[in-house]
Amino acid sequence: METLAMHISNGIINGPVAAAFGVIALAALTVCVRRGRLDLDDRLAPMAGLVAAFIFAVQMLNFPIFTAGVSGHLLGGALAAMLVGPWVGALCIAVVLVVQALVFGDGGVAMLGLSITNMAVIAVAVAYLLIALLLRVLPRTTTGLAVTAFVAASVSVVVAAMGFVVQYWLGGTADLGGNLAGLAGTMAASHLFIGIGEGLITATTVVTVAKVRPDLVYALRKPAASATIATVGGVR
Amino acid sequence: MRKWSFIVGGLLVAVLLAGVVSNFASPHPDGLDSSLLEGCTLDTRGEITGGSCPAQQEQEHEIGGPLTDYGIAGLDNEFLSTGLAGVLGVLLTFAVAGGAFWLVRRREAGYAPKAGGPRDADQPGTSATSQG
Repeated sequence: METLAMHISNGIINGPVAAAFGVIALAALTVCVRRGRLDLDDRLAPMAGLVAAFIFAVQMLNFPIFTAGVSGHLLGGALAAMLVGPWVGALCIAVVLVVQALVFGDGGVAMLGLSITNMAVIAVAVAYLLIALLLRVLPRTTTGLAVTAFVAASVSVVVAAMGFVVQYWLGGTADLGGNLAGLAGTMAASHLFIGIGEGLITATTVVTVAKVRPDLVYALRKPAASATIATVGGVR
Repeated sequence: MRKWSFIVGGLLVAVLLAGVVSNFASPHPDGLDSSLLEGCTLDTRGEITGGSCPAQQEQEHEIGGPLTDYGIAGLDNEFLSTGLAGVLGVLLTFAVAGGAFWLVRRREAGYAPKAGGPRDADQPGTSATSQG
Protein backbone atom coordinates (compact mmCIF):
# COMPACT_ATOMS: atom_id res chain seq x y z
CA MET A 1 0.00 0.00 0.00
CA GLU A 2 1.46 3.31 -1.01
CA THR A 3 1.91 5.81 1.73
CA LEU A 4 -0.14 8.99 1.59
CA ALA A 5 1.79 10.83 4.27
CA MET A 6 2.84 14.29 3.19
CA HIS A 7 4.27 15.93 6.27
CA ILE A 8 7.44 15.44 8.32
CA SER A 9 7.45 11.96 9.89
CA ASN A 10 8.81 11.13 13.31
CA GLY A 11 12.52 10.43 13.40
CA ILE A 12 13.42 12.71 10.47
CA ILE A 13 14.47 15.63 12.70
CA ASN A 14 15.95 15.01 16.15
CA GLY A 15 13.94 15.57 19.32
CA PRO A 16 15.61 18.72 20.68
CA VAL A 17 15.33 20.62 17.39
CA ALA A 18 11.73 19.46 16.93
CA ALA A 19 10.93 20.62 20.46
CA ALA A 20 12.62 23.97 19.91
CA PHE A 21 10.49 24.55 16.83
CA GLY A 22 7.49 23.46 18.86
CA VAL A 23 8.18 26.38 21.20
CA ILE A 24 8.68 28.75 18.25
CA ALA A 25 5.43 27.60 16.65
CA LEU A 26 3.52 27.94 19.91
CA ALA A 27 4.82 31.47 20.43
CA ALA A 28 3.94 32.46 16.86
CA LEU A 29 0.46 30.97 17.12
CA THR A 30 -0.14 32.80 20.40
CA VAL A 31 0.59 36.08 18.63
CA CYS A 32 -1.74 34.98 15.81
CA VAL A 33 -4.57 34.28 18.26
CA ARG A 34 -4.17 37.72 19.87
CA ARG A 35 -4.00 39.58 16.56
CA GLY A 36 -6.45 37.30 14.81
CA ARG A 37 -9.17 37.94 17.37
CA LEU A 38 -9.26 41.55 16.21
CA ASP A 39 -10.12 40.33 12.71
CA LEU A 40 -12.49 37.55 13.71
CA ASP A 41 -16.07 38.76 13.66
CA ASP A 42 -19.35 37.02 12.95
CA ARG A 43 -18.57 37.08 9.26
CA LEU A 44 -14.93 35.99 9.28
CA ALA A 45 -15.22 33.15 11.82
CA PRO A 46 -17.31 30.77 9.65
CA MET A 47 -15.33 31.81 6.56
CA ALA A 48 -12.09 30.88 8.34
CA GLY A 49 -13.58 27.50 9.26
CA LEU A 50 -14.42 26.97 5.60
CA VAL A 51 -10.93 28.01 4.49
CA ALA A 52 -9.38 25.43 6.85
CA ALA A 53 -11.75 22.69 5.64
CA PHE A 54 -11.11 23.61 2.00
CA ILE A 55 -7.34 23.52 2.48
CA PHE A 56 -7.62 20.12 4.16
CA ALA A 57 -9.53 18.88 1.10
CA VAL A 58 -7.16 20.33 -1.50
CA GLN A 59 -4.08 19.08 0.35
CA MET A 60 -5.35 15.56 -0.42
CA LEU A 61 -5.19 16.29 -4.14
CA ASN A 62 -1.61 15.45 -5.08
CA PHE A 63 -0.86 16.58 -8.59
CA PRO A 64 1.98 15.21 -10.74
CA ILE A 65 4.95 17.48 -11.39
CA PHE A 66 7.59 17.44 -14.06
CA THR A 67 9.82 14.66 -12.77
CA ALA A 68 8.51 11.15 -12.99
CA GLY A 69 7.39 9.75 -9.69
CA VAL A 70 7.10 13.02 -7.78
CA SER A 71 3.88 14.78 -6.86
CA GLY A 72 2.96 17.96 -5.09
CA HIS A 73 0.01 19.33 -3.22
CA LEU A 74 -1.30 22.63 -1.97
CA LEU A 75 0.19 23.97 1.26
CA GLY A 76 -2.43 26.72 1.44
CA GLY A 77 -0.57 29.53 3.17
CA ALA A 78 -1.12 32.14 0.47
CA LEU A 79 -4.72 31.08 -0.04
CA ALA A 80 -5.47 31.47 3.66
CA ALA A 81 -3.62 34.81 3.86
CA MET A 82 -5.59 36.23 0.92
CA LEU A 83 -8.99 35.05 2.10
CA VAL A 84 -8.86 35.54 5.88
CA GLY A 85 -5.69 37.55 6.53
CA PRO A 86 -2.29 36.54 7.91
CA TRP A 87 -3.16 36.01 11.59
CA VAL A 88 -6.29 33.93 11.15
CA GLY A 89 -4.77 32.37 8.03
CA ALA A 90 -1.83 30.98 9.97
CA LEU A 91 -4.25 29.56 12.53
CA CYS A 92 -6.24 27.88 9.73
CA ILE A 93 -3.14 26.09 8.44
CA ALA A 94 -2.16 25.11 11.99
CA VAL A 95 -5.58 23.54 12.60
CA VAL A 96 -5.28 21.54 9.36
CA LEU A 97 -1.83 20.28 10.35
CA VAL A 98 -2.98 19.35 13.85
CA VAL A 99 -6.00 17.43 12.53
CA GLN A 100 -3.79 15.63 10.01
CA ALA A 101 -1.25 14.65 12.67
CA LEU A 102 -3.71 13.66 15.42
CA VAL A 103 -6.43 11.96 13.36
CA PHE A 104 -4.88 10.91 10.04
CA GLY A 105 -1.44 9.84 11.24
CA ASP A 106 0.11 12.29 8.78
CA GLY A 107 3.19 13.99 10.15
CA GLY A 108 4.58 13.03 13.54
CA VAL A 109 2.92 14.72 16.50
CA ALA A 110 6.40 15.49 17.84
CA MET A 111 7.21 17.10 14.48
CA LEU A 112 4.19 19.42 14.48
CA GLY A 113 6.21 22.47 15.52
CA LEU A 114 8.46 22.05 12.48
CA SER A 115 5.56 21.74 10.07
CA ILE A 116 3.60 24.59 11.65
CA THR A 117 6.67 26.82 11.50
CA ASN A 118 7.20 26.06 7.80
CA MET A 119 3.66 26.05 6.47
CA ALA A 120 1.61 28.12 8.90
CA VAL A 121 4.16 30.72 9.99
CA ILE A 122 6.81 31.10 7.27
CA ALA A 123 4.59 30.43 4.23
CA VAL A 124 1.78 32.67 5.46
CA ALA A 125 4.16 35.48 6.47
CA VAL A 126 6.00 35.42 3.13
CA ALA A 127 2.73 35.22 1.23
CA TYR A 128 1.17 38.10 3.11
CA LEU A 129 4.16 40.38 2.68
CA LEU A 130 4.02 39.75 -1.06
CA ILE A 131 0.24 40.22 -1.13
CA ALA A 132 0.51 43.57 0.67
CA LEU A 133 3.25 44.69 -1.71
CA LEU A 134 1.74 43.45 -4.97
CA LEU A 135 -1.79 44.73 -4.33
CA ARG A 136 -0.23 48.17 -3.94
CA VAL A 137 1.62 48.17 -7.24
CA LEU A 138 -0.59 46.04 -9.49
CA PRO A 139 -3.79 47.32 -11.12
CA ARG A 140 -6.97 46.63 -9.19
CA THR A 141 -8.32 44.16 -11.68
CA THR A 142 -9.05 40.47 -11.75
CA THR A 143 -5.69 39.97 -13.46
CA GLY A 144 -3.92 41.97 -10.75
CA LEU A 145 -5.55 39.85 -8.08
CA ALA A 146 -4.71 36.62 -9.90
CA VAL A 147 -1.08 37.60 -10.39
CA THR A 148 -0.82 38.58 -6.72
CA ALA A 149 -2.23 35.22 -5.61
CA PHE A 150 -0.03 33.28 -8.02
CA VAL A 151 3.23 34.98 -7.08
CA ALA A 152 2.53 34.97 -3.33
CA ALA A 153 1.62 31.28 -3.44
CA SER A 154 4.59 30.18 -5.57
CA VAL A 155 7.23 32.05 -3.61
CA SER A 156 5.78 31.07 -0.23
CA VAL A 157 6.01 27.38 -1.10
CA VAL A 158 9.68 27.59 -2.07
CA VAL A 159 10.56 29.57 1.08
CA ALA A 160 8.63 27.09 3.25
CA ALA A 161 10.59 24.25 1.62
CA MET A 162 13.82 26.05 2.50
CA GLY A 163 12.51 26.28 6.06
CA PHE A 164 12.61 22.50 6.16
CA VAL A 165 16.16 22.47 4.77
CA VAL A 166 17.26 24.77 7.62
CA GLN A 167 15.56 22.48 10.12
CA TYR A 168 17.28 19.49 8.56
CA TRP A 169 20.61 21.29 8.75
CA LEU A 170 19.98 21.90 12.47
CA GLY A 171 18.65 18.49 13.41
CA GLY A 172 18.45 16.07 10.52
CA THR A 173 18.93 12.48 11.70
CA ALA A 174 20.59 11.01 8.62
CA ASP A 175 24.22 11.61 7.83
CA LEU A 176 24.14 13.37 4.47
CA GLY A 177 27.91 13.27 4.28
CA GLY A 178 28.05 17.04 4.22
CA ASN A 179 25.74 17.06 1.23
CA LEU A 180 23.04 19.36 2.58
CA ALA A 181 23.20 21.23 -0.71
CA GLY A 182 21.89 18.11 -2.43
CA LEU A 183 18.81 18.06 -0.21
CA ALA A 184 18.37 21.81 -0.67
CA GLY A 185 18.60 21.32 -4.41
CA THR A 186 15.98 18.60 -4.67
CA MET A 187 13.68 20.45 -2.26
CA ALA A 188 14.05 23.68 -4.24
CA ALA A 189 13.60 22.04 -7.64
CA SER A 190 10.50 20.06 -6.71
CA HIS A 191 8.93 22.95 -4.83
CA LEU A 192 9.52 25.36 -7.70
CA PHE A 193 7.15 23.19 -9.69
CA ILE A 194 4.82 22.56 -6.77
CA GLY A 195 4.77 26.34 -6.40
CA ILE A 196 3.37 26.67 -9.92
CA GLY A 197 0.54 24.30 -9.01
CA GLU A 198 0.03 26.11 -5.72
CA GLY A 199 -0.08 29.42 -7.61
CA LEU A 200 -2.66 28.19 -10.12
CA ILE A 201 -4.92 26.71 -7.42
CA THR A 202 -4.61 29.79 -5.22
CA ALA A 203 -5.28 32.26 -8.06
CA THR A 204 -8.27 30.28 -9.33
CA THR A 205 -9.81 29.98 -5.87
CA VAL A 206 -9.23 33.60 -4.87
CA VAL A 207 -10.57 34.98 -8.16
CA THR A 208 -13.64 32.75 -7.87
CA VAL A 209 -14.38 33.94 -4.33
CA ALA A 210 -13.74 37.55 -5.39
CA LYS A 211 -16.31 37.22 -8.18
CA VAL A 212 -18.97 35.65 -5.96
CA ARG A 213 -18.38 37.42 -2.65
CA PRO A 214 -15.66 40.12 -2.87
CA ASP A 215 -16.51 41.14 0.69
CA LEU A 216 -15.17 37.77 1.87
CA VAL A 217 -11.68 38.35 0.46
CA TYR A 218 -9.64 39.82 3.32
CA ALA A 219 -6.97 41.19 0.99
CA LEU A 220 -9.58 43.28 -0.84
CA ARG A 221 -10.96 44.95 2.25
CA LYS A 222 -10.77 48.66 2.89
CA PRO A 223 -7.58 49.92 4.61
CA ALA A 224 -9.44 50.29 7.87
CA ALA A 225 -9.82 46.55 8.03
CA SER A 226 -6.30 45.66 6.93
CA ALA A 227 -3.81 48.30 7.89
CA THR A 228 -0.97 47.02 5.73
CA ILE A 229 -2.80 47.30 2.45
CA ALA A 230 -3.43 50.53 0.59
CA THR A 231 -6.86 51.19 -0.81
CA VAL A 232 -7.86 48.31 -3.00
CA GLY A 233 -11.22 48.14 -4.66
CA GLY A 234 -13.31 45.03 -4.98
CA VAL A 235 -13.02 42.94 -8.11
CA ARG A 236 -16.24 42.46 -10.02
CA MET B 1 -28.80 34.28 4.83
CA ARG B 2 -26.26 35.07 2.15
CA LYS B 3 -23.35 34.33 4.45
CA TRP B 4 -24.42 30.80 5.19
CA SER B 5 -25.27 29.92 1.60
CA PHE B 6 -21.66 30.69 0.65
CA ILE B 7 -20.31 28.64 3.56
CA VAL B 8 -22.56 25.68 2.74
CA GLY B 9 -21.68 25.90 -0.96
CA GLY B 10 -17.97 26.06 -0.17
CA LEU B 11 -18.24 23.09 2.15
CA LEU B 12 -19.98 21.09 -0.56
CA VAL B 13 -17.11 21.82 -2.94
CA ALA B 14 -14.60 20.75 -0.28
CA VAL B 15 -16.56 17.54 0.40
CA LEU B 16 -16.61 16.73 -3.31
CA LEU B 17 -12.87 17.38 -3.64
CA ALA B 18 -11.94 15.29 -0.61
CA GLY B 19 -14.64 12.66 -1.15
CA VAL B 20 -14.39 12.03 -4.88
CA VAL B 21 -11.58 13.92 -6.63
CA SER B 22 -9.08 12.71 -4.00
CA ASN B 23 -9.25 9.26 -5.58
CA PHE B 24 -7.67 10.65 -8.72
CA ALA B 25 -4.77 12.26 -6.88
CA SER B 26 -1.24 11.31 -7.86
CA PRO B 27 -0.03 8.33 -5.80
CA HIS B 28 3.60 9.44 -6.01
CA PRO B 29 5.44 10.80 -2.95
CA ASP B 30 5.31 14.59 -2.66
CA GLY B 31 8.23 17.00 -2.93
CA LEU B 32 9.25 16.56 0.71
CA ASP B 33 8.94 12.78 0.75
CA SER B 34 10.74 12.28 -2.54
CA SER B 35 13.60 14.54 -1.43
CA LEU B 36 13.99 12.41 1.70
CA LEU B 37 13.97 9.26 -0.44
CA GLU B 38 16.86 10.54 -2.60
CA GLY B 39 19.60 7.92 -2.50
CA CYS B 40 17.33 4.95 -1.87
CA THR B 41 15.94 2.49 -4.36
CA LEU B 42 12.24 1.73 -4.24
CA ASP B 43 10.07 -1.13 -5.42
CA THR B 44 6.87 -0.56 -7.38
CA ARG B 45 4.87 -0.16 -4.18
CA GLY B 46 7.15 2.61 -2.96
CA GLU B 47 8.87 0.54 -0.28
CA ILE B 48 12.59 1.17 0.29
CA THR B 49 14.64 -1.75 -1.05
CA GLY B 50 18.17 -0.45 -0.70
CA GLY B 51 20.59 2.42 -0.71
CA SER B 52 20.82 5.13 1.91
CA CYS B 53 18.49 8.08 2.40
CA PRO B 54 17.06 10.28 5.19
CA ALA B 55 13.65 8.55 5.01
CA GLN B 56 15.22 5.41 6.52
CA GLN B 57 15.39 7.19 9.88
CA GLU B 58 11.61 7.41 9.93
CA GLN B 59 9.94 6.15 13.11
CA GLU B 60 6.45 5.04 14.02
CA HIS B 61 3.69 7.60 14.38
CA GLU B 62 2.64 8.18 18.00
CA ILE B 63 -1.06 7.66 17.43
CA GLY B 64 -1.84 6.01 14.11
CA GLY B 65 -5.53 5.37 14.44
CA PRO B 66 -8.31 4.10 12.18
CA LEU B 67 -7.98 6.94 9.66
CA THR B 68 -4.20 6.66 9.15
CA ASP B 69 -3.03 7.47 5.60
CA TYR B 70 -6.41 8.97 4.73
CA GLY B 71 -8.33 5.72 4.64
CA ILE B 72 -10.81 3.87 6.83
CA ALA B 73 -9.09 0.89 8.48
CA GLY B 74 -10.72 -2.36 7.46
CA LEU B 75 -12.64 -0.93 4.51
CA ASP B 76 -11.40 -2.81 1.45
CA ASN B 77 -12.99 -0.62 -1.20
CA GLU B 78 -10.22 1.91 -1.72
CA PHE B 79 -12.47 4.46 -3.43
CA LEU B 80 -14.92 4.46 -0.52
CA SER B 81 -12.14 4.31 2.05
CA THR B 82 -10.29 7.37 0.74
CA GLY B 83 -13.49 9.24 0.00
CA LEU B 84 -15.09 8.69 3.38
CA ALA B 85 -11.87 9.55 5.21
CA GLY B 86 -11.66 12.73 3.15
CA VAL B 87 -15.23 13.76 3.90
CA LEU B 88 -14.74 13.06 7.61
CA GLY B 89 -11.57 15.15 7.54
CA VAL B 90 -13.30 18.10 5.87
CA LEU B 91 -16.19 18.06 8.34
CA LEU B 92 -13.89 17.59 11.33
CA THR B 93 -11.58 20.40 10.21
CA PHE B 94 -14.54 22.71 9.66
CA ALA B 95 -15.97 21.84 13.07
CA VAL B 96 -12.66 22.31 14.92
CA ALA B 97 -11.53 25.46 13.09
CA GLY B 98 -14.96 27.03 12.72
CA GLY B 99 -15.84 26.22 16.32
CA ALA B 100 -12.61 27.61 17.73
CA PHE B 101 -12.80 30.78 15.62
CA TRP B 102 -16.45 31.26 16.58
CA LEU B 103 -15.58 30.96 20.27
CA VAL B 104 -12.73 33.49 20.21
CA ARG B 105 -14.37 35.92 17.78
CA ARG B 106 -14.95 39.55 18.58
CA ARG B 107 -18.50 40.00 19.84
CA GLU B 108 -20.30 42.96 18.39
CA ALA B 109 -23.54 44.55 19.45
CA GLY B 110 -24.52 45.14 15.85
CA TYR B 111 -23.23 44.26 12.42
CA ALA B 112 -21.18 47.25 11.30
CA PRO B 113 -18.74 46.12 8.61
CA LYS B 114 -17.21 49.47 7.70
CA ALA B 115 -17.54 51.45 10.91
CA GLY B 116 -13.92 52.04 11.81
CA GLY B 117 -11.01 49.64 12.04
CA PRO B 118 -11.08 46.37 13.88
CA ARG B 119 -9.09 47.76 16.74
CA ASP B 120 -11.53 50.62 17.29
CA ALA B 121 -14.48 48.31 17.07
CA ASP B 122 -13.12 45.84 19.58
CA GLN B 123 -15.32 45.55 22.62
CA PRO B 124 -12.98 44.95 25.52
CA GLY B 125 -15.85 44.38 27.91
CA THR B 126 -17.07 41.33 26.08
CA SER B 127 -14.06 39.83 24.36
CA ALA B 128 -10.86 40.53 26.25
CA THR B 129 -11.53 38.23 29.17
CA SER B 130 -9.27 35.40 28.06
CA GLN B 131 -6.39 37.53 26.88
CA GLY B 132 -4.79 37.72 30.31
